[in-house]
Amino acid sequence: MLYREAGDFKTSYRDDSQTFPLKLDRMGYWVTLAVAFGVIPFVITDYWANAVLVPFLIYAIAALGLNILVGFGGQVSLGTGGFMAVGAYATYKLTTTFPEISLLIHILLAGGITAAVGVFFGLPSLRIKGFYLAVATLAAQFFLVWLFNKVPWFYNYSASGQITAPERTFLGYVISGPATSAPAKYLVCLAFAVALAWVARNLTRGTAGRKWMAIRDMDIAAEIIGVNPLTAKMSAFAVSSFFIGVAGALLFSIYLGAAEASETFGINKSFLVLFMVIIGGLGSIFGSFAGAAFLVVLPVFLKNVLVGAFGWPTDLAAHVELMIVGALIVFFLIVEPHGLAQLWRLTKEKLRLWPFPH
Amino acid sequence: MEQLLYASEVLVNGLMAGVMYSLVALGFVLIFKASGVFNYAQGVLALFAALTLVGIQQGQVPFAHLINAITGSHISSFGWTVPSLLAILLTALVMVGLAILIEALVLKHLVGQEPIIMFMATIGLAYFLEGLGDIMWGADVKTLDVGLPQGISDTAEAWTAALTGYGFFIDRLDIWATVIAALLVAALVAFSQYTKQGRAMRAVADDHQAALSVGISLRFIWVMVWSIAGFVALVAGIMWGTKSGVQFSLSLIALKALPVLMLGGFTSIPGAIVGGLIIGVGEKLFEFYIGPMVGGATESWFAYVLALIFLVFRPQGLFGERIIERV
Amino acid sequence: MKLRFAAAVAAAMMAAAPALADLTVPNLSYRTGPYGANGNQYADGFNDYFTLLNERDGGIGGQKILTPECETAYNTEKGVECYESTKGNNALVYNPFSTGITYQLIPKVAADGIPMVTPGYGRTSAKDGSVFQWVFNPPANYWDGASVIVKHLLDVNGGDLNGKTIALVYHNSAFGKEPIRTLEELSKKHGFTLSQIPVDPPGQEQKSQWLQIRREKPDYVILYGWGVMNQAAIQEAANIRYPMENLIGIWWAGGEVDVEPAGAAANGYKSATFNGVGMDYPFYGDLKTHVLDTGKASGGGAHVGKAMYSRGMYAALIIAEGIKKAQELAGTPEITAAQMRDGLEALEITEARMTELGLPGFGQPFQLSCQNHGGSGMGMIQQWDASAKQWKLITDFIQPDEDVLQPLIQADAQAFAAENSIQPRCN
Repeated sequence: MLYREAGDFKTSYRDDSQTFPLKLDRMGYWVTLAVAFGVIPFVITDYWANAVLVPFLIYAIAALGLNILVGFGGQVSLGTGGFMAVGAYATYKLTTTFPEISLLIHILLAGGITAAVGVFFGLPSLRIKGFYLAVATLAAQFFLVWLFNKVPWFYNYSASGQITAPERTFLGYVISGPATSAPAKYLVCLAFAVALAWVARNLTRGTAGRKWMAIRDMDIAAEIIGVNPLTAKMSAFAVSSFFIGVAGALLFSIYLGAAEASETFGINKSFLVLFMVIIGGLGSIFGSFAGAAFLVVLPVFLKNVLVGAFGWPTDLAAHVELMIVGALIVFFLIVEPHGLAQLWRLTKEKLRLWPFPH
Repeated sequence: MEQLLYASEVLVNGLMAGVMYSLVALGFVLIFKASGVFNYAQGVLALFAALTLVGIQQGQVPFAHLINAITGSHISSFGWTVPSLLAILLTALVMVGLAILIEALVLKHLVGQEPIIMFMATIGLAYFLEGLGDIMWGADVKTLDVGLPQGISDTAEAWTAALTGYGFFIDRLDIWATVIAALLVAALVAFSQYTKQGRAMRAVADDHQAALSVGISLRFIWVMVWSIAGFVALVAGIMWGTKSGVQFSLSLIALKALPVLMLGGFTSIPGAIVGGLIIGVGEKLFEFYIGPMVGGATESWFAYVLALIFLVFRPQGLFGERIIERV
Repeated sequence: MKLRFAAAVAAAMMAAAPALADLTVPNLSYRTGPYGANGNQYADGFNDYFTLLNERDGGIGGQKILTPECETAYNTEKGVECYESTKGNNALVYNPFSTGITYQLIPKVAADGIPMVTPGYGRTSAKDGSVFQWVFNPPANYWDGASVIVKHLLDVNGGDLNGKTIALVYHNSAFGKEPIRTLEELSKKHGFTLSQIPVDPPGQEQKSQWLQIRREKPDYVILYGWGVMNQAAIQEAANIRYPMENLIGIWWAGGEVDVEPAGAAANGYKSATFNGVGMDYPFYGDLKTHVLDTGKASGGGAHVGKAMYSRGMYAALIIAEGIKKAQELAGTPEITAAQMRDGLEALEITEARMTELGLPGFGQPFQLSCQNHGGSGMGMIQQWDASAKQWKLITDFIQPDEDVLQPLIQADAQAFAAENSIQPRCN
């Protein structure tokens, strides 16, 4: 009754193809943004920032990036962890070599470097498809992590091979290093997430996105209608890796503050981001956020319920948590293989008709 | 000359290591062939099977920790031990039961979904089994002993010393693994060639719909294939568990099997064997010759890069079915 | 629905807060994942020691000690989550039991002003208290461990390692790479050749590494491993008939879980340790009466007396003594994290004190100061007796080679101070 399109007339093509065609959706979007930028920074605590919101935003960026590759481009990749490592180490090298340039610029540059690396490791996708490609991207994952572990230049010859984010400021506020306040961390990540989501949305509904989707749906057919598979696939790898590189840079410099290639950017990270994409919904911007939220919040939530509320021993809780997460993944796939985004779409459909569904 | 001897020793050991990888890869191939599912949970199945085997063998009470936490009791063991062979049989039964459950609770509901969705489902399954295995049998490192010998084979060392002047190192466990793997493959081939169920399995692998239309029960085949894969996982679990104890890390051997699959092709049993051998030899020789130059520990990625290079020339793997694409 | 979920999340997160007023020492443990078997024992030992103090003495200075547990699974991100979720509840001191998480937390604890105690692991140069104000790593660190092992080898060889070769088989991570610099220095000093053999974690498959060892026949192998890597290494060493008494692990490669899978073949394997082994101490009588028999033991008491359990217990002991000292200095039993740090900086554990605690000779005497956050760094060598399934101490406490270590520690600490613009204090 409240949520409907009757009376919401469009008078131009521009209006008709906007992201949120319904007024209520648009308002919801602006309110969400207003709350995210205007309210949360004032109430956020260290715990909420570090345990929930900052990882959520960073993983949302990574999931967006992977979604461009998997959901729009149809190329399955398991190299996410390795590409995030590229972003992290590139930021580290850049910011320690050129400390006078703003960290934010370095983060974007690190994204660019990751894009180049991503294109290189994406080259086999021209020959290899499906699961073979997925496993082939693992070569990138393992090789990159090994490289960062092995070549001392990458970690400035520190004794243990760890990289530590030095303190950096932006407009007088500390945004990196241990003295960073919770709102600063949150706002930097939020700004990146919103800007990149906007970029992703506009890329995917433009020419580039249509080419990617054509390749995804059937690459031979796409080639016949004039989509160049080389540029389409490589641009998908480049854009996707850029996002993932930025996510890795943020993960290291803003969130964790210290990292070690094999620990922080291991194969588990690749799987985690892939889960987010699939659970959230392939080929959906909203889905990337939903999937990231689901997989960041759920374990924290389960842990707090099982240990905090029920007082279980932590090991039992951890095992049960694994079982619940696993069972929920299977359950979601059975109920809605197209992910949370599809559930959201269905809910909206129902809402439009409510309360008179006939 | 000495270098050559060392290299041949590395080669032989690489072949043996390859067999160990193949054992894991076999389970993947079986399931992929019959149902088109890339079963990520294969490694965890091996861990689960090994945990169950040790648990049964040593008479552990399943879920003891959970029961103790809830009721405040202090139970841990039934106080008996089960002979190895019987324990292996019982574990195999458990794996069959698990296959039935997986089919009924997961696979049945996902018929006809895209491969990536099925893949995700098996990852969910892997998580679940990981938690279940820990909660059933505890997270300690367990010693697995089913009577397989370990350590350097004196005979092989003496022979090679007599022949070449340098005694090769060959692990007795590896020799056993090779024998068992050969038997396993022979049994699998015989089963799929000469039994009714085996033929039905191949029919399903060829074409689901055609198989269904001639009256083959897809559900039965799936349960069967998952049971066999569970059994293969058990064998792999025994081998790897004997080597370094049964513990969480056992599930990570799946990562060693992936390049083998890529190389050999997801659909070929001989591919899994040959792929395993190539990967085993390749990574050991690379570590031997190139490793010291670049700082070692190359085995984590070399197998993948090797497989990747192979794939660029043969995108379907060595023995994979040719992919024919039509618009 | 969404709202209700959010409310439930919020409620659950609030519920995580334990009752205030007592002293809180969060136990960031890991009982799952690849290193769960070690973490399990360690966390039990840590909990049980404080349970004993609470049950027997009513806590420390009349204050009960709470050890809320948080599962990290040895994962740095979960570790950060655990740190953030527990630090708000007046956390007094942290012991994350993971080198990776320690590196994460070093800047964070400095910013939040909460001390961190990392006995036998973590960042070695944290021993320099003038740079690392909030981090303590008594009684010994990784470099001490390497030096102690080399000293032991010197003793075995009549003081001369000239021309010998020593291979370092290490976990290819922050932890495993730590001793390289020290061993390189020591090899210059004592004239032995060092060969480095990295093993990528997890490390089940080490055939090529051990074939290399079989070929090169190093006189000694030092093992800096963790988790399944140790079991595989010891098994492979046995397979190539490498003499077990020449294979020496760091203390984290010195647990029962590491040697038991190899069975009788592991007999004679040595490892360093900075605490006593076994249950032959009067302390365990009290533990039995007050904790084990009353059913309050963490994890059901299944691991009491094992190597990792003892180490967890010893970590708790150091922290408990630090609390006691802090209470003395502050003149109040209800101390803050800052007072806790002052207590740790003034901490002195003597042999007499160890005897008083019912653990004579279990730990070394050491004294901390503003400058020295690492204690005396001594270690013993233990040897595995496979038939008795027991570790046996074969040496007394061995003093590490401070002449070599001190400059290295200073150099590394200075580099950290320069990178993070920290003004060294204590002058």
